Order: sequence, then C-alpha cells, then structure tokens
Amino acid sequence: MNQFNGQTLSWEVKGFVVELALHHAPCNEIGSATLEDLERFVAAMGAAESEAHALIIYSQLKPGFCAGADLRELYRRSSEMAPPEAVKGVRNYLERIHRVMNAIDASPLTTIAAVHGVTFGGGFELALTCDLIIADKMARFCFPELRLGLIPGFGGIPRLKRDLGNAVVRDLLLTGRSFNATKAQQIGLVSQVVGEGEALKAARATAAQLAKFDRRTAAAAKKFIKPVPDEELKREIDLFCELFTRPAVEAGLRKFVESTEALSYLP
Amino acid sequence: MTTTDKTLDEVLTLAATHFKVPRQKLTPDDDFFKTLSIDSLQALDLLTKLENHFRIELPDYELQGVSDFRTLASRIQARL
Repeated sequence: MNQFNGQTLSWEVKGFVVELALHHAPCNEIGSATLEDLERFVAAMGAAESEAHALIIYSQLKPGFCAGADLRELYRRSSEMAPPEAVKGVRNYLERIHRVMNAIDASPLTTIAAVHGVTFGGGFELALTCDLIIADKMARFCFPELRLGLIPGFGGIPRLKRDLGNAVVRDLLLTGRSFNATKAQQIGLVSQVVGEGEALKAARATAAQLAKFDRRTAAAAKKFIKPVPDEELKREIDLFCELFTRPAVEAGLRKFVESTEALSYLP
Repeated sequence: MTTTDKTLDEVLTLAATHFKVPRQKLTPDDDFFKTLSIDSLQALDLLTKLENHFRIELPDYELQGVSDFRTLASRIQARL
C-alpha cells in the first residue's frame, strides 16, 4: 500500500496518513482510467487500514478538486452502442464507481477531502464520501446534472440527504447553481474554510490531531454516526439508468461536448 | 462616485488584480472573457472572488449572457 503512481492518481502512506492525490488533467474528470485507478486504490486500502488512521483526498491540479464524470468519454462510448447496450454499459460503470465510493465512505479510516476550485458533479460526490470536507475559499460545489437530463449518479443525492437538510439538497439539485465555500460551510457541508492554497495543509493538521485518538474508537464512532445509505444508492442507479435512455440525455451530452460557449457548464 | 460606480470600480480592480492585467486596460464595457482571455473555469474563479469580496451570493445562472463588466457590476449591486 505504501506508494502507487498511476496515470490519473497517486497515493502514499505518510506516517499514519494515506494521501490520495488526483492528477488527471484537465480537472480530474472521472472516466474509465480514473475508475480503474480508484479501484486499485480501494483494493489496496484494506492493507493501510491496519497501519493508518486517516485518509486525505486532494487534487494536484490548479483548476480544482474534480470536475466530475468524464462526459466526453461517456458521450463517445454511448454513441457507439445501441441504446440497450449503452444502458448496460452505464449501469456497469455506475455499479463499479458505487463500489469505490461506498468503500471510501465506509472505510474505518477518518477521511478528509481537501478541496479547491471546481468540485462539481462526480467530484462533489467523491468529496461527499469523506467524513470531513476542508475547503479552500476558492472552492465551488455544484450538481449540474439536470441540464443533461440526468441526476447525479455517483451517490450524491443519498449522501447529501444523509448529511444536510432536504431544502438544501433541492436547491443544489433543482437549480444546478454552484455554492462557494463560505456558503457550503454555512449549510454544514464544509467543516473548515481556509485561505487559497491552504486546504491540504489544514487537512494534514487535522489528520495529525486525529492521530491522538484511539483508532478503533474513532472507527466505531464513525460506523455509528455515518451509515452508508445502501437502499437509496441502489435506487439512484436504477433511476439514472431509466433517465439515461431518454433522448434529452443524448441531446444534453452532445450540447456539452460540442459547446463552444464560455460558460458551457451552466445549466 | 456613486455606489454603482464604486461597485464597478471594485469589480474592475479585482479582475485586474486576480488575472494580472493592468487596471487601466480594463473598461466598463469590455467583454471580460476576451479582455481577460479567460475560459469558463476561470470565470468561476472570478465569480468566487467577487462573491467573497462583496460578501454576496450570485447564482451563476444570473450571469448567463453577461459578458461586460458594467452588467456584471449591476448584477452585484442588486444583491448588496
């Protein structure tokens, strides 16, 4: 487990902390390559759980933490297949990413997402698997999926519902607007807001604090307070696949891929 | 200077500082995407800077179709 350098991400055990660094340009879009590296990470995480007490996930790229699913790859792959095959492929992909997200969510390690810049869609959902989110004051959070005719598919809604009030979830989901870090802290999503470029440093300081506590007690407390919403996560995959067959999705993905608009991410 | 002019001046100064462009090169009716040579991700940075500076929330859909500093400042002014 000690170290891995992949195409899209790297990890390293530093003392009692596992650091997972995302570095897949332009902004850590999660496609098949990232998924494969994340699966490698999760498979290796079990070994680290006996020696480490915390996991920090962060991005080494300037634009942000993660811009979400690789929509260009999704569009390209699905347009090469007949609709039933495309849905089957999407379901398989979602089930794999859910296994990864659920493993991070339920890890006995205390997990910290250190985020900056764009934390959108699947990137937001990755941050939501973590126990704590520490945000650079330039971080922005958004679920833009509705403009594609979809819902977030990496477990975002069930995890947001677990963590926040339903009105906030509706605001994020139904308007597709982005929240800055200050707003995210006000609604209880973010535990700490720090200066520009300081999120990783703050996450390391927090991880050092966590090391003072008995690891098994921390793991037991986490298990008690943070159940993985399994049933809703399964329903999310079903709903996503149901929506994916509609023509609006193909049109939305094509519009995104072909867009030359300056603010193409906006719903 | 009126409040609106002051807001506009602050927007121009903030944009110039953040994107390292001489302040005197920016004028109120400039297309900020072109003048600052920024893409959509950098536009998000500008939005965050403005929200933090003015301590407001500016829903990004309100910026759709907005590309000049004067209109941007008026959107901000409406939320102060």
